[in-house]
Amino acid sequence: MTAFLASIGRATLAILASIGAVTLFAGQTVGHMLRPPFYWREFISACMTIGYFSLPVVGLTALFTGGALALQIYAGGARFNAEAVVPSIVAIGMVRELGPVLGGLMVAARVASSIAAEIGTMKVTEQIDALVTLSTNPMKYLTVPRVLAATLTVPVLVLVGDIIGIMGGYLVGVSRLGFNPAAYLQNTVDFLEFWDVASGLVKGAVFGFIIALMGCYFGMRSGRGAQGVGRATKAAVVAASVMILAANYLLTELFFSA
Amino acid sequence: MIRLSNVHKAFGNNHVLRGVDLHIPKGESMVIIGGSGTGKSVTLKAILGLVTPDVGTITVADKDISKGDRDALLSRFGMLFQGGALFDSLTVWQNVAFRLTQTGMDKARARDIAIEKLRRVGLKPDVADRFPAELSGGMQKRVGLARAIAANPEIIFFDEPTTGLDPIMAGVINDLIREIVVEMGATAMTITHDMSSVRAIADRVAMLHDGVIKWTGTVVEMDSTQDPHVDQFIHGRSTGPIEAVR
Ligand SMILES: Nc1ncnc2c1ncn2[C@@H]1O[C@H](COP(=O)(O)OP(=O)(O)OP(=O)(O)O)[C@@H](O)[C@H]1O
Ligand SMILES: [Mg+2]
Repeated sequence: MTAFLASIGRATLAILASIGAVTLFAGQTVGHMLRPPFYWREFISACMTIGYFSLPVVGLTALFTGGALALQIYAGGARFNAEAVVPSIVAIGMVRELGPVLGGLMVAARVASSIAAEIGTMKVTEQIDALVTLSTNPMKYLTVPRVLAATLTVPVLVLVGDIIGIMGGYLVGVSRLGFNPAAYLQNTVDFLEFWDVASGLVKGAVFGFIIALMGCYFGMRSGRGAQGVGRATKAAVVAASVMILAANYLLTELFFSA
Repeated sequence: MIRLSNVHKAFGNNHVLRGVDLHIPKGESMVIIGGSGTGKSVTLKAILGLVTPDVGTITVADKDISKGDRDALLSRFGMLFQGGALFDSLTVWQNVAFRLTQTGMDKARARDIAIEKLRRVGLKPDVADRFPAELSGGMQKRVGLARAIAANPEIIFFDEPTTGLDPIMAGVINDLIREIVVEMGATAMTITHDMSSVRAIADRVAMLHDGVIKWTGTVVEMDSTQDPHVDQFIHGRSTGPIEAVR
């Protein structure tokens, strides 16, 4: 019995300790963001790898999600003769919820893992030590550019995803469900409010921050050897995904529970 | 120049350093020998502040390295890591010139210096634009060496500079290290297992064993010493006070 309680206690302490460590890491990252030097070259290349090269993944995810959403809402709406809501619900569902969350999860899988693997490998092969001996702060050189790039580019990805997702709904609506093309678009535009879209973009920025932060955090703490890097990569993706879902709930509560 | 006093370091239950005392005077070339896994690399990292000792003090030019401006201190150092530790995302010349470009030197000039340093470690200018992953192990080692000396540091650490090199290239590197100490007046600490390197590079030799400096002396003293550890090590005997399994 005491052993059982002790193990719960230990696990709780471990979780609290890692929450503390992550918070500290986030604080340090923001602190370093505000103080020079800033590595532009690293920042721009991070924008490319995190933002630009994630476009296909995010676009495809949004396209299929928008299409499936249209089918579901049509089927559900038909139960109480409300098929006409398809365009507006697809749009709202996409921009407020599915665009940021699914986009965020896809980017987490793609980017948190690659950042953790890259930085973890640098750690294991002593490249991080080498940076320090060359008077370059690894937090400034590696973490800040990636976190900033993700925070700025993921909202853009979300916006692109929103548009493509709505297009997916539109294509299915028009080709499969018999909507009038002009009316579908009109309906979408009429119902969407600015805050619907903006809230999704804010979520995207928060998710981007989480994704890159987790990649860097676990990469920097990677254990020795290939196994250490493997563990760091896995932990980064899991932590980023769970934190995205948790943050999504909290933000939704904050934005929309009146 | 560099002084370690009673330095201890443990990783979990593994007590690697158990009271290292060592002094390296300015302008001297010190070679550290000792069995694999005895903590030679850890010792160098402790001086650079990459590993924090559990107990003991390390001073560089009479200043405690754990206090004061770390970047200012590190700007006086050059380090060749055992594994090279080249940045894979940068080309060879960008690696070599890293410190120069970080401190604001213009690209063309930094590149020229990088190419000159590459030449000194026996690499042709055409490797400058390649990436580290495209080079052989020995070439990577030499790029690491070029990076370590690029900013003409006062204090240079070489962790196994000649492992993985052919005998001729090893000779070139030994000469280079000697030259840097003699001509530039740098203080050098070199870790090596290669006895011909020891003889070529060392002013003094220190032997690390069981977490302490077991013996120090000049190369001549090393050859005539009665110390059983040193004797076993330099003659590569499998029997003696140093266990073969560790
Ligand atoms: N970051 C670390 N975490 C845990 N253990 C470490 C770490 N760095 C070194 N060690 C351990 O410290 C001991 C000494 O390592 P070190 O790299 O200094 O050996 P070495 O004397 O340089 O050996 P070699 O000649 O093989 O390079 C080893 O047992 C190693 O496992
Ligand atoms: Mg070593």
